[in-house]
Amino acid sequence: MKRGFPLLAIVTALLLSFALYEALIAAPTEQTMGNVQRIFYYHVPSAWTAFVLFLINFVSSIIYLIRRDSKSDIVAFVSAEVGVVFCTVVIVTGPIWARPVWGIWWAPGDIRLTTTLVLWLIYISYLMVRRLSTGGKTPVIAAVVAIFGALDVPLVYFSIWFFRTQHPSPVIGGGGSLDPRMAHVLLINWVAFLCLAWLLCWTRYELEVAKRKVEEAQALESMLEGSR
Amino acid sequence: MSFFAITRATLAKDIRLEWRSKDAINAMLFFALLVVVIFSFAFDPTAEESRRIAGGLIWVAFLFAAVVALNQTWARELRNQVLDAYRVSPAPANPLFLAKAFGNFLFVSVLEALMTPLFIAFYKLRALGPAWELAPIALLGTWALVVNGTFFAAISLRTRSREIMLPLLLFPFSIPALLGMVNATTAVLTGEESARFWIALLLAYDVVFTAACLLFFELVLEAE
Repeated sequence: MKRGFPLLAIVTALLLSFALYEALIAAPTEQTMGNVQRIFYYHVPSAWTAFVLFLINFVSSIIYLIRRDSKSDIVAFVSAEVGVVFCTVVIVTGPIWARPVWGIWWAPGDIRLTTTLVLWLIYISYLMVRRLSTGGKTPVIAAVVAIFGALDVPLVYFSIWFFRTQHPSPVIGGGGSLDPRMAHVLLINWVAFLCLAWLLCWTRYELEVAKRKVEEAQALESMLEGSR
Repeated sequence: MSFFAITRATLAKDIRLEWRSKDAINAMLFFALLVVVIFSFAFDPTAEESRRIAGGLIWVAFLFAAVVALNQTWARELRNQVLDAYRVSPAPANPLFLAKAFGNFLFVSVLEALMTPLFIAFYKLRALGPAWELAPIALLGTWALVVNGTFFAAISLRTRSREIMLPLLLFPFSIPALLGMVNATTAVLTGEESARFWIALLLAYDVVFTAACLLFFELVLEAE
């Protein structure tokens, strides 16, 4: 593995520890929600990271269909996989926060909640297709499914937009007011999460390349044995 | 052969096959009937309540039943390597897709026409809103289910355990369409709000995914 990898690993570990300290101790306690609000520093950065990864998945799927190189296929695969992990964190931390604050675990009509859930379902189904598909054309099929998924997202959003939303309105760029100290902690956490996602994707990428090499070698070997 | 000639020939062949065997339609009808009966045991609503839940029940029953037909769409072409023959022929891919989608649309529409009276009888339904709006809702909703269903069934052909793969793909992607159908139907039945927004949403869904299916079907068909 390349030299940059351990460096990135160290930076990620340091950033994550610092972000944890910032989120749990340094950040001011929210006035009405209390300490439970601190889950926000995990919930929101995970969501942003997952969306970035799904965007990478979409872009590299298009690139794959144009160029047909295995590199962009692997990038699409690993970004979807790691994206689903972060999206799972979002979906698990959301209800933990919602229960004491809203008094309910889940608000079915909420726009961001439900869009994220549907996004999660779509990408799991993408991963299922990759896992279950046979033959050499898995990448093509997966890329097509990824593009269908991206087309579905705005439709999901608008369909749920018609219901009334219960989620706190977006604090960044949504006209809401966020304490600058809190925004600072949020951004540190996001950077740390992005580094973690990058690290995970990198590991998965190298693993996938190695796996494909082994599979190729094995196929070649069995072909040679067959011809003998 | 022209685009329409191929579509017409494939569609005619599928209808003739279905007319003689009645495999898909029988299985679908019985399946939908079972769902209606089981729902009627699970919920025993008053007329007012049933107006609120019937939209959901009816479309879920149609969705489940449609999967039965969709799964058979391409499986039929695998026997005797018909699909391989099509692939090596100079015919373009899209007429084949459209013929299959139209065929499924027809089968699911027949199912809906036969099952709707049953639903009305079981749930004592009467529309309080403009009932004519149910026609565009049914047309657009059915097309939304079968266009993606036909496409995903073609994708499932390339997977292990393909009968399971189709619903796993189709259901999550159909969520916006399903929301549209269910809410539009409920709006018409209860007459409390306008179904216009949901009809527009269904129309947008249909346009987007019909275009996407036609754009990508050739890639999926050739993927072997």
